[in-house]
Amino acid sequence: MTQPRDFGFDEETGMLKDAAKRFLDEKRPLDQLRPHLAGTEDPYHGSAREAWFDQDNWSEIQGLGWHLLAVPENAGGVGMGLVAAAAIQEEIGRAACPTPLTGTLQATFVLREAKADKLLSQVAEGTSMALAIHGEDGSLEPDSTDVTANGTSLSGTSWYVQDIHKVDKFIVSANSEQGIGLYLVSAGDCDLQGDKIVDLTRDQGRVVMNGVEAEVIAAPGEGAEVLSRSLSAILTLLAADMVGAAEWQLQATTEYAKVRTQFDRPIGFFQAVKHPIVNMMISTDETRSLVYNAACAYDHEPQDALRCALMAKASASETASFCSNRSTQLHGGIGFTWESDVQIYHKRQMHSQFLHGDASWHRAKLAELL
Amino acid sequence: MAAYRLKQQLVNNMSEQTSQSERDEFREYCQRWLEENRPPPTKIPLPQNAYEVTFHDHRTYLCDWQAKCYEAQLIGTDVPQDYGGHGHTEFQAIASAEVRKANVPYFINWIGLGMTAPTLLIHGTEEQKKRFLPPIFSAEEIWCQGFSEPGAGSDLVSLQTSAIKDGDNWIINGSKVWTSLGAISSWMLLLARNDKDDKYNGITYFMADMAREGVTVRPIHKMTGESGFNEVFLEDVVIPDNHRIDDVGAGWKVAMSTLTSERGAAAGVGAVASSESPLTAVLQLIELAKTTKRNGITVWDDPVARDRIVNVYVRIEATMQNARRTRIKALNGGAMRLPLQGKVVGSEIAQELNEIALSVLGLKSSLYVGDEHAIDDGKWALGYMNTYTGTISGGSSEIQRNILGERVLGLPKTK
Repeated sequence: MTQPRDFGFDEETGMLKDAAKRFLDEKRPLDQLRPHLAGTEDPYHGSAREAWFDQDNWSEIQGLGWHLLAVPENAGGVGMGLVAAAAIQEEIGRAACPTPLTGTLQATFVLREAKADKLLSQVAEGTSMALAIHGEDGSLEPDSTDVTANGTSLSGTSWYVQDIHKVDKFIVSANSEQGIGLYLVSAGDCDLQGDKIVDLTRDQGRVVMNGVEAEVIAAPGEGAEVLSRSLSAILTLLAADMVGAAEWQLQATTEYAKVRTQFDRPIGFFQAVKHPIVNMMISTDETRSLVYNAACAYDHEPQDALRCALMAKASASETASFCSNRSTQLHGGIGFTWESDVQIYHKRQMHSQFLHGDASWHRAKLAELL
Repeated sequence: MAAYRLKQQLVNNMSEQTSQSERDEFREYCQRWLEENRPPPTKIPLPQNAYEVTFHDHRTYLCDWQAKCYEAQLIGTDVPQDYGGHGHTEFQAIASAEVRKANVPYFINWIGLGMTAPTLLIHGTEEQKKRFLPPIFSAEEIWCQGFSEPGAGSDLVSLQTSAIKDGDNWIINGSKVWTSLGAISSWMLLLARNDKDDKYNGITYFMADMAREGVTVRPIHKMTGESGFNEVFLEDVVIPDNHRIDDVGAGWKVAMSTLTSERGAAAGVGAVASSESPLTAVLQLIELAKTTKRNGITVWDDPVARDRIVNVYVRIEATMQNARRTRIKALNGGAMRLPLQGKVVGSEIAQELNEIALSVLGLKSSLYVGDEHAIDDGKWALGYMNTYTGTISGGSSEIQRNILGERVLGLPKTK
């Protein structure tokens, strides 16, 4: 199999992406988030940040069908591929939207790799999910889990679970004598302990399980294989989110450089400002091309999907770091304030950079394939 | 109406299918031809790029090769037959891609193919196209470009070489610099000033016969020791008015339109100036790191070195994917956003790649072309120095960033 030259990005996907952009531009999720941050600013004396996401927004997203676009048709979904999912995720990133969609899309691809059609129909029916696959050390190797399975009963703690307070269920990797298996547990059956994190657009925390009954996604001994096949999709989706956020950083900084006047000129006149903004564009475009290449590889050339996904996330981490750095620096004092959205994107990117591995880890993995 | 649209769609699909099979057939033909006609290597290795060619034997060898490729329809593929082309549609990109992949010699007349031909196709008269295009394709007439002057580099529009109208002729006085292939060219693309008082509308575009009285060419040695480029002095050189391209005073506009579309236009007639693709180069670098041993391990086993190499590998893949994304309207962010990045990104990545190669070689990188112990005949040190051609010539990286900031992002102009 070879990849189509157009990334398999057909007219339908283009319309979907445009619609997503329009919807999020209109809803302005960050404006919705702002009031919920009031009073939580001070890390020493401020009140604890309540986990928040816009339930209406999630209902509307479900109404638009984004949650089931990658669910196969026989499980009640639309049956589109990773290219379409990445296109939506890029728009979510551009809007820095707090939403359970991100985890649910990732979970969809894990369930697809496990051929868990019955569980996929739960996604189609509106169940939101997140991955609970990290141990305390944050290692990405699938056998790093601190959870053990005894039959279908899970005990232990999953760390760094994203959107922990937004989702209905978790996909948990757990160890047993037969090896790693993958399981689905209900959030309501677990003890959820929220972390206090830098990123204001996500919730993260620990899922503590004490003999929680689970449904089996992949039998013991098969989970690691399913996870490593899903990794390509997970990395690509994350990289898509980051390139969307980087594009926002690029556009916001460009607009600011056109209107902010110093020395009687818009600062964008000065090459010390203009050239780094161009470098943000160059970096963003490299990542975006690698993201759609990776998504297309997953859909059409699976034997090359991992190499492409590692490249996409390695590039995304560099781009996220660079664009965050320059967007804050070039906005001057204002970008450094709580009031500016620049800090919200900067912190989302700081978080994303290290989710599911950072650039040097992915390059080391890539080197093994070269 | 719906039925009409459906029918239209079917017709479109069908023509797409036919031309797809034609394209596949042509691609196979190109591959086969290049495999069967690959020329034997030269006694003295060719320079790394077409703009360094000076040696007589290399020139003959490369002109013969280009002529052969032209005859085989790999050059001028999509150009109308009236102008010496082969009259195909959408075949040139296939031919050029196959030429690049085949690792065969580059085309010596890259300026003729890359700049003169596209400029004439857009701005030339019927007579000019018929006269000048065929010998460009066949490499019977080599071209150089006379834009830069000692006092006009990045600020090209301040060029001072004068053109004064004298009956049906123009009299040219001034000097040009950094003129690649100047010593072996028959013709020069020349920008000269017809009006001192109108900076942008006072420049006219000419074709100058290098054999004319008053043209003196002096080679310049670069830091590599090579001397592919030259100074060209023009003293009372006569150019007939029918060797002017487009209107009097339109030279700047014409030059900018061809510079901007340089890459696209060059690909349009089959210019391939370098025979090594970036992907080939990075795979060679990986091989070099795997086979170079120092301090008891290979360089590839040093995680710091490996990380840098893989980073370049990722960026090269990104540039290839950029080229692919350029054609997808819904994903390219605007028609010029990616094409205008091509030069600055490609040249800077090439520089980084070659610089890493030096650190992979360590002290061995000091052994230069001609040293019996030099790895790959000293090509990495030579290549590293030559990458500055990419980052400086044809609009330096700094100028490219101005262009990107202004034309793509709409930032205020630096004048």
